[in-house]
This record gives sequence, structure tokens and C-alpha cells, in this order.
Amino acid sequence: MEFAEALGKHGCPPLRASKVETLQVNIGYKCNMSCKHCHVQAGPSREEIMQPDTMKSVISALAGSGIKVLDITGGAPELNPHLKFLIEEARALGCHVMVRSNLTVYAETGMEDMPVFYRDHEIELVASLPYYRSDAVDRVRGEGVFEKSISALRVLNNLGFGIDHGGLKLDLVHNPQGMFFPPCQARMEEEYRRELDKRYGVSFSSLFTLTNMPLGRFRNFLVERNQLDRYMERLRNSFNPAAVEGVMCRSLINVGWDGTLYDCDFNQMLGLSLCGDIPKTIDEFDAALLSSREIAVSEHCFGCTAGQGSSCQGAAA
Amino acid sequence: MGDYYDDKDLDRFGEVGKHSPDLFKKFIEWYSASLKEGVLSRREKVLIGLAVAHAVQCPYCIDAYTKNCLEEGLNLEHITEAVHVASAIRGGATLIHAVQAHNTVDRISM
Repeated sequence: MEFAEALGKHGCPPLRASKVETLQVNIGYKCNMSCKHCHVQAGPSREEIMQPDTMKSVISALAGSGIKVLDITGGAPELNPHLKFLIEEARALGCHVMVRSNLTVYAETGMEDMPVFYRDHEIELVASLPYYRSDAVDRVRGEGVFEKSISALRVLNNLGFGIDHGGLKLDLVHNPQGMFFPPCQARMEEEYRRELDKRYGVSFSSLFTLTNMPLGRFRNFLVERNQLDRYMERLRNSFNPAAVEGVMCRSLINVGWDGTLYDCDFNQMLGLSLCGDIPKTIDEFDAALLSSREIAVSEHCFGCTAGQGSSCQGAAA
Repeated sequence: MGDYYDDKDLDRFGEVGKHSPDLFKKFIEWYSASLKEGVLSRREKVLIGLAVAHAVQCPYCIDAYTKNCLEEGLNLEHITEAVHVASAIRGGATLIHAVQAHNTVDRISM
């Protein structure tokens, strides 16, 4: 069954945007790590990097549209040498800026000042930490990654991130370490909070649980294990109409490193263009047209609507 | 003979119902109800399921309940402790029967 057909069968209308309140910008696929679940297939050898001219167009789009949330992702955004420029310009416009960070990059040469820069610009950090135990994290992200992540979390806590509800936000992201679905987000958040405090004395603001999307390296893993069809069947069978309302593509527009617009970061990785006759690059950004656009869907959309749902902010239902 | 247990066969469980659909329907309803959150949480129930799966050594159940445990956010530490409980009960159940052997010795000995 196709995704569009599943919507119809459950009485849901075709997927359309309801607004554009977040501009999500992927500023490059370069990363200091090569995680097994990465839908971007980011890594040290990736060369795709957003240039300053494209960033200026992003800033113009923010200024012209009044969109107040900039969500910066990658790769490791810190490995784009122009990241600070983008953040400074967006903050000058009064935007709330989120950076999706892998935590380990601050240990790279020349990156040591990033946590302080983030504090000074009141950035919301969304950091990947697939589990609260080292064996599970290192298995997916590489040997020694958990220890580096905990060190980074301690630095961030000391700077005021994730230590109380009124302070600087530090959200963590959990994703399953294989071909199974994430646990209940609320209960897992409670468990992360208790275990990270007890074992390492670190704290955070919120936990987002994400479903592994059948794209990129995780898809390769499924294919290698001859499990892609089974995983897709399970996603289809777990379709939850209640999760459709909360999927991020309905309130977000995604910008690729080269300025191309997409409905989400997953569509960007598939090269799945916006539907219909609307401007498709950041240079021609038109918030009004994008606010009610039809969303391009494919089989991977079942990943965002399975069970409790999965959006950039965690569970969607 | 090829592999006796094929993990794809678990998806064919419904075929068992073809020859006695009423009984199978009752089993499925009962099975589903027993795993719903009650006085025990779903997490406690899947751990019990995992332990029993090991005690009865059912490969299908081990696959299914290991995955269920992971989807409840449990990890290898939880899983291994649960299997130790199952093993300890099985071991103890064997060992306690030594009393029967001792009784038999007493009964048939002069």
C-alpha cells in the first residue's frame, strides 16, 4: 500500500502544509562521525557545504517572511566554517535558533569554543544520544563516542544548558539501535533523566524519540540483512492516523546545502522535489505559497506515522 | 533437512487458525488481553514473556520478546537478568527434585 492510499483509507486528506513556522536548513553533509543510522550518510569525506551566498538568501527569507524559528542541521553543522555567520544574522533578526549537534565535534581541533558561542547566542541545542549506556551508543556511533558525548554534556551543563526549565535548552535525541521501534517518549525521558543523573551527573531539557527512517545507512543495513521488506511492512501496519497531524513537514520547510527547498530533510536525501508549480529554491522563497503546499510523499513517510509517530521534535501522536 | 525454524514462519502464525478458527480466535483474544497494561506494566509483561520464552526455549518467542523488550527501552542488562531468573527457576526446579530421588532411595533401601 502506498502512503497516499493509506491516508485515504484512514479518512485523512492528502498531506498539505498548514503553515511554515520553521525554516530547517541543512548546511552540509560533512561530519566527523559516520553513524550507522544516519539518513544523510554524513561523514568526513562529504564535500557538500552551504556557501555564504546561500546563507544570505536564508537570512533574506527569514527577514521577508517573518518566520521566527531557524533549525540548523547537517552533517555536523559546526564543520561548515560559515555557521557562526548564519547564527549571528538570524539572532540579529530575533529568530529562535536550534542547532542539531552531535556533541563529539567540540573535541575536534578549532571547535572548542562552540559551546561558549552557543551560550552567548542563546541557542537551543538538539543533541543525538541514542541511549544512556555506552555499549548501545558506541555500537551505532563508533568506539568512544559515548564518553566524548558525556564530557560534552558536562561542559554544556556547566554553561547553563539543560539544567532547569527556564534556562538554555538542551534536548537529547533517542533512536533505536536497530530494526525496532522507539519506546514511549515520556517514559524514556524519565528513564534517561534518572540514569544520566545517577551514572554521570548530567541533565537535559527534553528527550525526543525518533523512528529510524528506511533511508541512507539504515536502509543499507536493512538491505544487507535482507530485512527491508519486513521493516517496511511493519511501518505500514503501524500507520497511525493520529500521528499525521503532528508530522513536521506540515509546519516546516527544509533547505538543502545548495539552496533547494524540500518538504523535509528525508525528501532532501531522496532528491524528492516540492510538488506543483511553486518556487523551489531559497532565492525565490515565497512563504505564502509554501504555507498551503501539497507535500511530496513516498514510502518513507510511513516512518513518521508509525505508532507514536516521529517528527524532528520526537513523538508526533 | 533445512533449518527447522525459519523466522519468517512467525508471520504465518495466522495459518494455524485455518483448521480451527474459533479456537484460534479465542487464543488471540486471550493472548492480546493478557499482554495489555494492567496491574502489571507492559514493560513488566514483556520481561516475563522473555523469561518464559527462554524457559520453554521457543525461538519465535525469543525473537519476538527480545524485540518487544528493546521497544520498551530495555537493554541487554535487563534482558540478561531476566534470562538469569528463568534459568535459576529452571535450575532450582531440577535441583528440588533431588528430594524425590532421596525419598526414593529411602523408600527402596533397607
